[in-house]
Amino acid sequence: MKRTTWLTLIIAFFLSLAAANPGAAQEYPPDMPNDNAVNAIAKQLYCPVCENVPLDVCPTQACAQWRELIREKLSQGWSEEQIKTYFVEQYGDRVLATPPPRGINWLVYIIPPVAILAGAFILFKAFQSWKQSEPDRTIQGTTAEPPTDEPPDDYISRLEEELRQR
Amino acid sequence: MLTNIGYGALIITFLVSIYGIIAAVYGVRKNSPSWVESARNAMLLTFPLITITALSIIFLLVTDHYEVQYVSSVTSRSMPMYLKITALWGGQAGSLIFWSWLMSAFASAVTLRNWSRDKEFLPWVIVVSLVTLAFFLGLSIFFENPFVRFWQTPTGQIITRMIPPAGAVPFVPPDGQGLNPLLRHPGMIIHPPMLYLGFVSFVIPYAFAIAALVTGRTDDRWIRVTRRWTLVAWLFLSLGLVLGGRWAYDVLGWGGYWGWDPVEIAAFMPWLTGTAFLHSVMIQEKRGMLKHWNMVLIILTYDLVIFGTFLTRSGVLSSVHAFAQSAIGPAFFAFIGITFITSLALVLNRWNDLKAETHMTSVFSREALFLLNNLLFMGILVVCFWGVIFPLISELFTGQKVTVGPVFYERATGPLFAGLLFLMGIAPLAAWRHSTAKTLGRAMLRPFFASLVIVAAVIISGIRNPAAILGFWLSAFVASVTLYEFWRGVLVRHRNKGESFPAALWRLAGRNRRRYGGYIIHLGVVLMAIGIIGLELFQTETQGTIPQGGQMTLGDYVITFDSLSNFDTPDGRNVARAVVSVYKDGDLVGDLYPRRDFYYESQQPMTIPGVRSTMEDDFYVLLVDWQPISTAGATFKIYHNPLVNWLWLGGFIFTLGTLVAAWPDHERKTAQVRREKSAYATAKTG
Repeated sequence: MKRTTWLTLIIAFFLSLAAANPGAAQEYPPDMPNDNAVNAIAKQLYCPVCENVPLDVCPTQACAQWRELIREKLSQGWSEEQIKTYFVEQYGDRVLATPPPRGINWLVYIIPPVAILAGAFILFKAFQSWKQSEPDRTIQGTTAEPPTDEPPDDYISRLEEELRQR
Repeated sequence: MLTNIGYGALIITFLVSIYGIIAAVYGVRKNSPSWVESARNAMLLTFPLITITALSIIFLLVTDHYEVQYVSSVTSRSMPMYLKITALWGGQAGSLIFWSWLMSAFASAVTLRNWSRDKEFLPWVIVVSLVTLAFFLGLSIFFENPFVRFWQTPTGQIITRMIPPAGAVPFVPPDGQGLNPLLRHPGMIIHPPMLYLGFVSFVIPYAFAIAALVTGRTDDRWIRVTRRWTLVAWLFLSLGLVLGGRWAYDVLGWGGYWGWDPVEIAAFMPWLTGTAFLHSVMIQEKRGMLKHWNMVLIILTYDLVIFGTFLTRSGVLSSVHAFAQSAIGPAFFAFIGITFITSLALVLNRWNDLKAETHMTSVFSREALFLLNNLLFMGILVVCFWGVIFPLISELFTGQKVTVGPVFYERATGPLFAGLLFLMGIAPLAAWRHSTAKTLGRAMLRPFFASLVIVAAVIISGIRNPAAILGFWLSAFVASVTLYEFWRGVLVRHRNKGESFPAALWRLAGRNRRRYGGYIIHLGVVLMAIGIIGLELFQTETQGTIPQGGQMTLGDYVITFDSLSNFDTPDGRNVARAVVSVYKDGDLVGDLYPRRDFYYESQQPMTIPGVRSTMEDDFYVLLVDWQPISTAGATFKIYHNPLVNWLWLGGFIFTLGTLVAAWPDHERKTAQVRREKSAYATAKTG
């Protein structure tokens, strides 16, 4: 988007903040889409100027006007997807709640699972190597009981042991 | 005058910190206890000095010194006294001073402890604390000076300077801009201090960790010394997060408590690594393993604390340009980079000293399950960190800003949180060192069947959402396991020692408060999970415009719009306040007063909900809009938030558990068991 458009948008936003006080609750004719229908879409969009505020809860007048815009488009028979696309075209990808999965944005979805799987793999490998070196018990403690001798009902002694070790 | 005193004290504190760092390092090099003692005195001196600075700001705030830019930006004449005081942390410059003040208090308290057993740590703990303190003081002095004043130059221009140019005269605005209305809430009085206390107290275990690395005393002494500090830090951070959630719920007017906003996540990230650390240090204490990992965790926590402080106040996340333009952005970036790399270099340097004394013997042992817990916490951290910084990366490479909203975080972390709950259920049943699938399965049996009863009740009550059923089952399972652990311990004492049940419970918990405090924390988490499941999966909402006397329905509830009044208040607000009656199943259950405050000073509207709160649900009404002239109609948004109060109750139990675990007691000789063992191992291998 061009710089001037942004500027106009931001100025309009702050002007609308100033005018935010006298709100105008309107009753709509029954054939107009109701607030719930509007919010269902607004919930999926983000205020194009505030940081991280969903459009359905943004208290500013600018956002109220955007919600009216959604209502208008709905009454003209636009679908949810069409309205979302319209907002993206007007204000950029930032109005969407999550980055659209294309180009560099794939990274946002790929990195976390890859990192977690890598962590799990490292942990798995570590477990394997520990298991292999398991017979190495010589330096194991003078205090702990040999694990293989643990009787099934050793809860009392185990509890005592654990409480003692703190 | 007062600005000069405050600023002067700030500069002296900075110089004293620098001196302390040099004296400590020199004292170690020359092996001179008197230099180290001098460094310690410098550390202690920073506290009274920075107190002078902080009190100067508070005095300027409460006495309406609007010629000071900071005072003018966060207070106004109409604000009550308590808000003027809390305005100390209402803006960036004041917050940084507040941070330094707390940091100095904590570090001074640490230097006052008994060091006879840990003399070699002392100079390095001082160095780390003072480097951190000096960094924040430096930010205040060079970039975010809270004492800068307004001046009018001979040409009539208004400028802000600490030292005025020749010919300039002081300029005093008639009134200040006032505190951001969002911050004028009791929650804001206590939430930031809690968070900051959590932040600064995590510096202490980090300082000890670095001291251990530098001195080469890498046994678990540093962990034992800082165990309580870590718990206290964690308690404050947890409280800060819960109170922040409560504040959002009460003030932000979107029916939720957590919006996955970068600022919230910034405070959550050190909590994640801190929680992982709390668990994994136990493996080191009991088994002498994971020494590298614990170092990495505390280093991460420290740098995330610095990162969090930076994000919370600077607003740099709004855009990469904001980051480049803000003076403190690069400074923070450099400090985080330097401390992180230096710390990791120290870990690498001591790599061989930090080798594990024993090996993992079973994948079902408690230490193995704790490792899985660490993996899940790290997974959540990666999701959070990546989600927070990705918009910046995207903007940097494509010029296009994107939003990473709650949907992303919820989907990515939901399964990880579920995994953590599950581990919380089985880990307490697993023995240290050795557990088999068989013994663990047998231990799980009874709690597992108990939890199935709850699941049956949930299904009978008509809930069919699979995520909810899984969530409730996990909560029930963890609760059963935890209560079963208490019950078994109490029963043993009752049988063996003939103690009454309450006495047995009291003494059992007293024997190992960390263990049983931890279990109480787990119960708190379960309650919080129930609240979160209720709100996340069963929240319903509706919005509509109704005339006076009209009705709106949501589920079993009906509201009627009775009246609306619109008036100005002496503190500069225009308030529109609606009266609605709430009916549940046809019976009147009470009146609610949702309102909308408009702050003239900042031209900012605030939506304050009217809430009817029970353990079953919250009925949350917002006044979205109204007709100003006739007051004939108004738009309301109503949320039905089932079970949300369990979240706050859970937070309370959680705090209680942490207090039980962290309450001071004398160090017992039995705590040495593993240390002797490790000494034995060292003797044998060395």
